[in-house]
Amino acid sequence: MTSRKNISNLFVPEPEFRPGDLPDYSSINLDKEQWPGKPDPLVDAFETEAHATGLVRAMKLNGEVYGEWNPELEPDVLIMGLRNMLLTRIVDKRMFAMQRQGKLSFYMKSIGEEAISVATAMALRDSDMVFPTYRQQGILMTRGWPVLDLMNQCLSNKADRLDGKAIPICYSVRDKGFYSISGNLGTQTIQAVGWAMACAYKGTNDIAATFTGEGATAEGDFHYALNFASTYRAPVIINVVNNQWAISTFQGMAAGQSRSFASRGLGFGLASLRVDGNDFLAVYAAVQWAAQRARNGGGATVIEHFTYRKEGHSTSDDPSAYRPKGEAKIWPFGDPIDRLKEHLIKLGKWSQEQQDALIDELKAHVLETYKKAESLGTLATPTDINPATMFEQVFEDVPTHLRRQRQELGI
Amino acid sequence: MTKDGKKQMNMIEAIRSAMDVKMSQDPDVLVFGEDVGYFGGVFRCTAGLQEKHGLHRCFDTPIAEGGIIGAAVGMGAYGLRPVVEIQFADYIYPAYDQICSEAARLRYRSNGEFTAPLTIRTPVGGGIHGGQTHSQSPEALFTHIAGLKTIIPSNPYDAKGLLIKAIEDNDPVLFLEPKRLYNGPFSGDPHMPARNWSKHELGLVPEGHYTIDFEKARTHRAGTDLTILCYGTMVWVAEAAVEATGVNAEILDLRSLMPLDLEAIVQSVNKTGRCLILHEATRTSGFGAELIAEVQQHCFYALEKPIVRVTGWDTPYPHALEWEYFPGLERCSDAIVRIMED
Repeated sequence: MTSRKNISNLFVPEPEFRPGDLPDYSSINLDKEQWPGKPDPLVDAFETEAHATGLVRAMKLNGEVYGEWNPELEPDVLIMGLRNMLLTRIVDKRMFAMQRQGKLSFYMKSIGEEAISVATAMALRDSDMVFPTYRQQGILMTRGWPVLDLMNQCLSNKADRLDGKAIPICYSVRDKGFYSISGNLGTQTIQAVGWAMACAYKGTNDIAATFTGEGATAEGDFHYALNFASTYRAPVIINVVNNQWAISTFQGMAAGQSRSFASRGLGFGLASLRVDGNDFLAVYAAVQWAAQRARNGGGATVIEHFTYRKEGHSTSDDPSAYRPKGEAKIWPFGDPIDRLKEHLIKLGKWSQEQQDALIDELKAHVLETYKKAESLGTLATPTDINPATMFEQVFEDVPTHLRRQRQELGI
Repeated sequence: MTKDGKKQMNMIEAIRSAMDVKMSQDPDVLVFGEDVGYFGGVFRCTAGLQEKHGLHRCFDTPIAEGGIIGAAVGMGAYGLRPVVEIQFADYIYPAYDQICSEAARLRYRSNGEFTAPLTIRTPVGGGIHGGQTHSQSPEALFTHIAGLKTIIPSNPYDAKGLLIKAIEDNDPVLFLEPKRLYNGPFSGDPHMPARNWSKHELGLVPEGHYTIDFEKARTHRAGTDLTILCYGTMVWVAEAAVEATGVNAEILDLRSLMPLDLEAIVQSVNKTGRCLILHEATRTSGFGAELIAEVQQHCFYALEKPIVRVTGWDTPYPHALEWEYFPGLERCSDAIVRIMED
């Protein structure tokens, strides 16, 4: 490793390991990690201090349940969770490969983080609006948005519901409770609080849930969100997905000297949980707890999902340039899909053969769907999108100056 | 005093009346911002609204402009019609991302699935000894943004009709209130006696519901020899300067900068052959530059003289030298005289 000396008194944080280092996480003894208990959902926010710095978990790495947070879901529900996570991963791999072939401009995988989006969506009601960032496609899989629609959006083809207005992965699916994804980070967090305030104002029992990466918690919007959520006791869940890396920037750059991202919530008087994000059962239980709190007037919860971004930030990123190559493999919290599978096998409700068969079934479905999407056009083929649509949806009606500009373009 | 359903109002009262009318008609309209609740706003525009409509309809917020707009975007997407106040336009910049990247683009990026029908009210302009943090006119920073409408009234009648229109609009509207006009028209000369709206015909405002369409300039004064393009406070400075110089000028109060009533502008300049542009904002890349580009493109062969603009200088708004900065009566009159020379 190159030595980058710091010869001043200015402290500039660096991650523990860089390319060329042999990462070593043996200091993390998982079974000795704190396993905080499960309080009443309407507990005083300050009683979640241990939860904000400890780690809420429901199962050990070998799939064995442990502690108070097991949501005790029916096997059918668990199998559905496994299926949704596998579908997400298989779609991700397909789209990534197709980007490499030039069929779409860009893609972002969520490999290793599937439990966070899938378990959250399963623990919420479909009428609860989620304000995601760009790595929660598992919510769409869980809520049954057709994979074909997702692919059409990524390919910007003639069947893209957004008429090619947005880059791949910036989905907008109102009827699946999925808010339009912004490329500007963190902005959705305070908007989710506004939505939740509207739910309360209208007297519905719906709540909102938002997601941000740990890097974007440094944005002002995140602090606005926590402040407004606390002030107006908004029924909202503010999820921070701490996958350790914001492109090439390690989590410590946003965390500073604080002990966790969840603990940010405590300063605002919000219930705060730090959860093992690779533990499907723990994520489900934590979101269910926070939703119950929000629906019963307890206000917002901040949930940090502790996980690891196994792959690059996007198709434009090569993580071997800034972190050790083997780090993903030795990250001590395992893989969310493998862990849930082991849990189901331990319960006697699943087998490796069933797992393999499910993977084959989903792969075939995804491949077939992709072929259909590709037949409707890709970024590599001439666009079928009517150029006049470029001037539409800037405003509700096309104003005079845009009509003039459209004529200038000759349409 | 009520006469035929009309009442003499100053601009503060007219703006308050617009919000009151909409809050009474539509339970989805709610008003919030810094100090707007119990206290009724630092300029009193929301006075009495909380008492009349309830704490849940008109309330205070933390001092976080980005938070105010961000929350309003979420509420608007849900289906409410938030009307938010940014206490001074000088404080709007922390919300710039939420306005430009979020509110203005939400409809486009979601292809119409989510919209942000919010109204952002904020006082602009100088002439109140506010210095650089209470006097700015940032309209050009917003007219440059696709998906945002920018409105600026110059009198109580327009203020109410345009504000109701803004609240009913399904797109985000930035509603700029020239604070120097809240209590009366302003000639641009601080030594002249102050006037108020109590006897002015544009201060006679219907008490009920009415709207004024965007993209419609108002002919403040008809004339044949010169077109003056202006908005907000400068409409009244233009009027005083025209009176002082005795030139038969046409004064167009643009009212709606985005969308712009280009037709009215072109028609007037083609008729008069001369064009003077006035704004308080700094000159370089100001809205005047946009007007000049359009006028020269559409009226080139009718122009008898180069287009002239009188603006604030390209400096921060000074405190002690406010009247040297402000494009007041003297500078505007001089410009009129010069542009009328053969």
